[in-house]
Amino acid sequence: MKVVGLVAVNVFKESVRDKVLYSIVVFAVILMSTTYLIGQLTAGQDTKIIKDLGLASISIFGLLIAIFIGIGLVWKEVEKRSIYTLLPKPMRRQEFLLGKYFGLVLTLVINIAVMTAAFYVVLALMRRVEPGIDAASAASATDPAMLKAIALVIVELMLVTAIALFFSTFSSPFLSALLTAGLWVAGHFNSDLRNFGAVVASPMLAQLTRAMYYVLPNFSAFDVKSQVVHAQAVPASYVALTCAYGLTYIALVLVGAAAIFARRDFK
Amino acid sequence: MDAISTEALTKHYTVGFWRPRPYVAIDALTLQVHAGEVFGFLGPNGAGKTTTLKLLMQLIFPTSGRADILGKPVGDLDVKRRVGYLPENPYFYDYLTAEELLVYFASLFGYAPAERRARASRLLDEVGIGAERRLQLRKFSKGMLQRVGIAQALINEPEVVFLDEPMSGLDPIGRREIRELILRLRDRGCTVFFSSHVLSDAETLCSRVAIMAKGRLVTAGALADMLAFQVRGWELVVSGLTDAVLAAAKARGDVIDATTVGAARYALELPLDPPPEKTLAALIAQGASLVSLTPVRDTLEDFFVKQVSSAGGSRFRESA
Repeated sequence: MKVVGLVAVNVFKESVRDKVLYSIVVFAVILMSTTYLIGQLTAGQDTKIIKDLGLASISIFGLLIAIFIGIGLVWKEVEKRSIYTLLPKPMRRQEFLLGKYFGLVLTLVINIAVMTAAFYVVLALMRRVEPGIDAASAASATDPAMLKAIALVIVELMLVTAIALFFSTFSSPFLSALLTAGLWVAGHFNSDLRNFGAVVASPMLAQLTRAMYYVLPNFSAFDVKSQVVHAQAVPASYVALTCAYGLTYIALVLVGAAAIFARRDFK
Repeated sequence: MDAISTEALTKHYTVGFWRPRPYVAIDALTLQVHAGEVFGFLGPNGAGKTTTLKLLMQLIFPTSGRADILGKPVGDLDVKRRVGYLPENPYFYDYLTAEELLVYFASLFGYAPAERRARASRLLDEVGIGAERRLQLRKFSKGMLQRVGIAQALINEPEVVFLDEPMSGLDPIGRREIRELILRLRDRGCTVFFSSHVLSDAETLCSRVAIMAKGRLVTAGALADMLAFQVRGWELVVSGLTDAVLAAAKARGDVIDATTVGAARYALELPLDPPPEKTLAALIAQGASLVSLTPVRDTLEDFFVKQVSSAGGSRFRESA
């Protein structure tokens, strides 16, 4: 497992030296500053809008990093042939793959941490400028419950990264991006599939949609942004159960990716 | 125990979308490389040299057959700890410096941080990378990357090192330095398996070679044996030879050609038959003196061209 850590640290080092990654973070910070300006123009709804936009931008920028770096994790190594010098070193292919995965997860977590810190700073500054702002909203401006939503965003992005990595073990970056994004969209409408049987006449189609409900990742389960913004309770048990679901799914996807990668020819 | 052995190692690829056909990249390669020797793996472009090396490094998997390194199957972690590999036209993480790259690779072998740095520094010195070691690899020329590639292949002081076209991209000084490095590795007891299509390198360095063509092993053996059997004539240098004696020898067919190398001194090209001793005795009897007698052998290039030209057959197999 030591090798996994070494590969992961190297992936993180690459991300740190990659200027594209910096620009995404800078852009996220700029966007959150913009949300503050929008909040200034919207009477009474300031914190709610900033929370909505802030959490959404954290989620979307994280998603962009997960997909666009995730799909290149293996492909770039193969395309640039750097894998030829790495795999003959004393490591198993699975260790290489896991190292790549955890390296990107580390990058994501640090990026989200930076964005979250910036987000809370913006909200804290707002409260300082307008001390009465909390009274207009059901939750305080720097409500710690938002961290539950961010924790679930992290698990969701870990799953997206695992799926992107899975596709990148056997397909091109374009196809991997398309399939990962497609699965992410389908996963957000997953809960609709469960009840689809009630509105279709064909029992076969009903069974098929139900099977798809169980197989496809249920990304909508990770989305509690609206609840925390509107100060609705998100039980800790729900967060724990959803994290357990996400981690189990991640483990299965990584096992699949490792099985494919273990027998792949690097021509 | 052989350092490397393959038994009927075969690799097929499927080519063609509408009518897929198996393409034979390597066909039943059986080869033994002895411990401590410098082994040249020769062949023209597309002969299957790099594919064989990738099979030995388990970057690709064989269709059938097996390959062992140091008595264990390729891909075994213990084997990986004891071998080094330089791929053809190596590419490394260009955001790292040469020093960082070597330290990273050393860490994968489990060395302590101080040992990683010491090994990286020593090897970069050995391959001639000076102050540039602190530059990102994206600023390196092809030749410098090749040197870094050789350094990373040696980071674990391997017992067997695989070098795919190690002289590629190097200038004449660099080639000489790498040749000397390979000989130093041999002297330390390291087995060196290197692929090349530059025959002069093989001639200088190898004790044994294998020649591949169209995915098949054409021949393998000691370089000295291969070339010894290919004596095609003799070069006799004599002095005190008169024009009349030379003309008579030519007329008898004892001498094919003669080149003047000084006053009454000639370099004579003799055929294999009659034996050179007989011609020499006749010339000495007529007043000539022996300066030297040397067998004229095929060069490795001559031998290589003959062997590769004779390799026939298609690399496509009919589907079953």
